[in-house]
Amino acid sequence: MRRDIFQAIADPTRRAIIALIALQAMTPNAIAEHFDTTRQGVSKHLRILTECELIKQEHKGREIYYQLEIDKMKEIDKWIEQFRKIWETRFDQLDDYLATIKKQRNEQ
Amino acid sequence: MSNDLLLDFSVNKESKTVYMTREFNADLELVWEAWTTAEMLDQWWGPKPLVAKTKVMNFEVGGRRFWAMVSPDGQERWCIQKFTSISPKTNFKTYNTFADKDENPESQGSEWDFSFSEQNGTTKVSITIYNESLARMERMIEGGTLQGCAMQFKNLDELLPALSQK
Repeated sequence: MRRDIFQAIADPTRRAIIALIALQAMTPNAIAEHFDTTRQGVSKHLRILTECELIKQEHKGREIYYQLEIDKMKEIDKWIEQFRKIWETRFDQLDDYLATIKKQRNEQ
Repeated sequence: MSNDLLLDFSVNKESKTVYMTREFNADLELVWEAWTTAEMLDQWWGPKPLVAKTKVMNFEVGGRRFWAMVSPDGQERWCIQKFTSISPKTNFKTYNTFADKDENPESQGSEWDFSFSEQNGTTKVSITIYNESLARMERMIEGGTLQGCAMQFKNLDELLPALSQK
């Protein structure tokens, strides 16, 4: 199944997990302690976040730590910035167009 | 020139909503006309080097605009914009879907709300876009990315002389 970043951040628990491990890498147990949901519930969210490549596992001894992939988070901002640029261009074009029309109508 | 008029732009990923507000240096009458007539929309909607080509437009409640974004190499991306509500020179609402060239819409769309108000000869346009799904929001933004690449070739100076010659 295809996963994407927007799906990752669509869920409030997953956003909370992201906020949590943004501070430091954590084990699944340590993460689960912060939530009222079951361990299985948290595991499911961690799996989705992993599939979205927003977090990755790191093995330290016997423990697994989850850490945030900061670059992936930046992708979201990059997309939005590009979308914003489209609208800036479009609005600039409208500025030019309105100026032209006003001039044409004044001359008539 | 009016290009320094402020664009207020924000995206709420949780509510799948994009908001933007922009002022234009023209009266309400003209700005409303530029947003609601096909001939005028096609002149500026671009963005360059893409060109908007409106095939059908009946600006009335229940009516639609069926239009394409056309790239310089002739690729077309079709959209249907259904007009769901119109309050003349104040607000109109639409339901937008991507479609194929035969006007078969995709299942998921987005709701758009356009508001207009004038103060001292400046007209403010506020737009809210609500996407039904996050996947679609992502697509919409990815669509923007494609256009973003194409935009490197934009030439804003082209529009003015072309229009003046009319």
